[in-house]
Amino acid sequence: MRSNVNFFSDEKFRSIFFQTLVIGLFALGIFFIVQTTAYNLEKRNIATGWRFLTDPAGFDISFSPFINFKSTDTHLDVYFVGVLNTLLVSFCGCIAATILGFLVGIIRLSSNWLLVRVAYIYVEFTRNVPLLLQIILWYSILIQLPRVKQSLEFLDTFFISNRGIYSPRPVFENGFSYVFIAFILALVSSFFLRRWAKKRQDETGKQFPVATSAFGMIIFIPLLLFFILGSPLSFDYPALKGFNFKGGMVIRPEFIAMFLALTIYTAAFISETVRSGILSVTKGQREASASLGLKKSWIMRLIIIPQALRVIVPPLTSQYLNLTKNSSLGIAVGYADLVHGFGGISLNQTGQAIECMVIVMATYLTISLTISLFMNIYNRSIQFKEK
Amino acid sequence: MKKLLSILAVSVFAFSANAGTLDDVKNRGFLKCGVTTGLAGFAAPDDSGEWAGLDADMCRAVAVAVFGDRSKVEFITTTGKSRFPTLASGEVDMLARNTTWTISRDVNLGFEFVGVNFYDGQGFMVPSALGVSSAKELDGATVCIQTGTTTELNLADFFRLNGISYEALPIETNDEGKENLFAGRCDVYTTDASGLSSTRAAAADPGKWVVLPEIISKEPLGPLVRHGDHQWGDVVRWSLNAMIIAEELGVTSENVDAQKSSNVPEVLRLLGVEGSYGEMLELAPDWAYQIIKQIGNYSESYEANVGPDTPLEIARGLNALWTQGGILYAPPFR
Repeated sequence: MRSNVNFFSDEKFRSIFFQTLVIGLFALGIFFIVQTTAYNLEKRNIATGWRFLTDPAGFDISFSPFINFKSTDTHLDVYFVGVLNTLLVSFCGCIAATILGFLVGIIRLSSNWLLVRVAYIYVEFTRNVPLLLQIILWYSILIQLPRVKQSLEFLDTFFISNRGIYSPRPVFENGFSYVFIAFILALVSSFFLRRWAKKRQDETGKQFPVATSAFGMIIFIPLLLFFILGSPLSFDYPALKGFNFKGGMVIRPEFIAMFLALTIYTAAFISETVRSGILSVTKGQREASASLGLKKSWIMRLIIIPQALRVIVPPLTSQYLNLTKNSSLGIAVGYADLVHGFGGISLNQTGQAIECMVIVMATYLTISLTISLFMNIYNRSIQFKEK
Repeated sequence: MKKLLSILAVSVFAFSANAGTLDDVKNRGFLKCGVTTGLAGFAAPDDSGEWAGLDADMCRAVAVAVFGDRSKVEFITTTGKSRFPTLASGEVDMLARNTTWTISRDVNLGFEFVGVNFYDGQGFMVPSALGVSSAKELDGATVCIQTGTTTELNLADFFRLNGISYEALPIETNDEGKENLFAGRCDVYTTDASGLSSTRAAAADPGKWVVLPEIISKEPLGPLVRHGDHQWGDVVRWSLNAMIIAEELGVTSENVDAQKSSNVPEVLRLLGVEGSYGEMLELAPDWAYQIIKQIGNYSESYEANVGPDTPLEIARGLNALWTQGGILYAPPFR
């Protein structure tokens, strides 16, 4: 009889059954967590909801380079300040870590014994000491700098103390926008120049000095315009008034500590990625290009690096993600990032722990996925194209 | 599968097991008390590694009330930020962590303040070399401020009200504040005046620091428990009140045995000779006697930890009994 057949001996049925079971259990688990949380919040009389976002924060955040934040602004503004500060340190960190990482990676493959040793020690040391300790170390060094009244000064314009590095702030006057527009135009036209030169070389084999002419355009055209317009730029110099320097620009030690620690830590990992990428290109490639008579610098630029990038980019993406997520350690030195401001102070002042954490997590997720997206697009563009 | 189910079952159990805190504490055999990460005079490990201070005594008093033994307490350190989640999650049974009683914490956060063990107010401390004599002269100064505290909000209000600017340097713990202030990263440190005295006492040269005259807020500091467990709230509340009442009645750790044969009815009620107050609280009949015997009355605790003879040198001021010019007042023991 049909009914006696054991359904579990049917492979298809079995797999559907178990997959449904797992998904069902997972959904049940989620439901259970949400239910329990809601129940406990209610039992402890903890108010929930998103209304607190529009309440005034009541506290001040001093490190807010993009938004002028006041204590009367809302918790939502605290959130934006935090996001911008997180993005700022992550962006600067990623750029600097990439440059330093490539440099160290290439140095480790050079034939200079001393440089190779120094790079090796750097990589092994920074990779194997927890990042948090490195952040705190940098901060402790920075706050041992001279006090604000005994600042180290350079040319009466730069001042270094344990309150940060003060420098003149550029003030753009009427007409400077033309210089800026010229700069952008020069950038765009160098891009087209490069395309045109490449096309011409592909067709005719004639070369064009793209780098020097682009450089000339980008620097000299805006500079010329700048002087024609009568130098529409002045500087606001910092000066010690009362307790602190007034005027000028300042880079705070909290930012510097975070930036240095994140850069130096991540660059060590990137350098290993770069080294492995370069080593992954077989020796034969190098020899073949040498036998074609290519210059040493061309071999690197045209043969080795493009092939190495295919190996480098995917792990590089995860290093960028790590750096961005690690920037949440800013709380250790009072860097006003997302976790410190919104996920810390706002959370604590309002008591809305779950709401704040959900928002913070969703934000990190969004940032990380965006980085991944762009890196994946870039990765696809450098892969071998089967023709 | 089985494992998953058992994890689920355990988490259900863990979530539902926070009803009767007093029973939980009794079953566990010791009290878990949330204190600061170290604030001399309030809660900080002393030379022998024992937690000492006004708040630490509060924890011990509750442990004595429940177990009759001052050592049956585990001190759990909390920062200004972690204290509330720690209490709400049941990781500690109570907080005695110089925490200001405010309406939002009492109502919105789901806690219950059971009394005040120190009346404080927010002040400012600066190096005397700055030559500042009033907080209103602090325009443009960098201020070290513990995040997530009421003082952080008062600070913003004070500067806004006076139309002067400042730069906030956010810190997490008192130690971080000390480090930044002593290194000159900030000009001013602001927190409860008692905390300033404590920080000043810890400086290499306390004479180099001045506490400015302005007190810009009311900071009634007191122990708190989770809202809704009234039985446990009563135990903590009356452990504190017993110490205050003992001072009022002149009962000290030294004369407490002799006082057992006192002719004052309230003393006899307090010490458990008459009445059945211990039973009402589900504690031993001599719970208050044990607190006074093992910890002392409020005055003894105050003088030993923060009083004029300690490095903190804080006069009784508002914290004197209501009969002696202060506002310390406990409901009658009857």
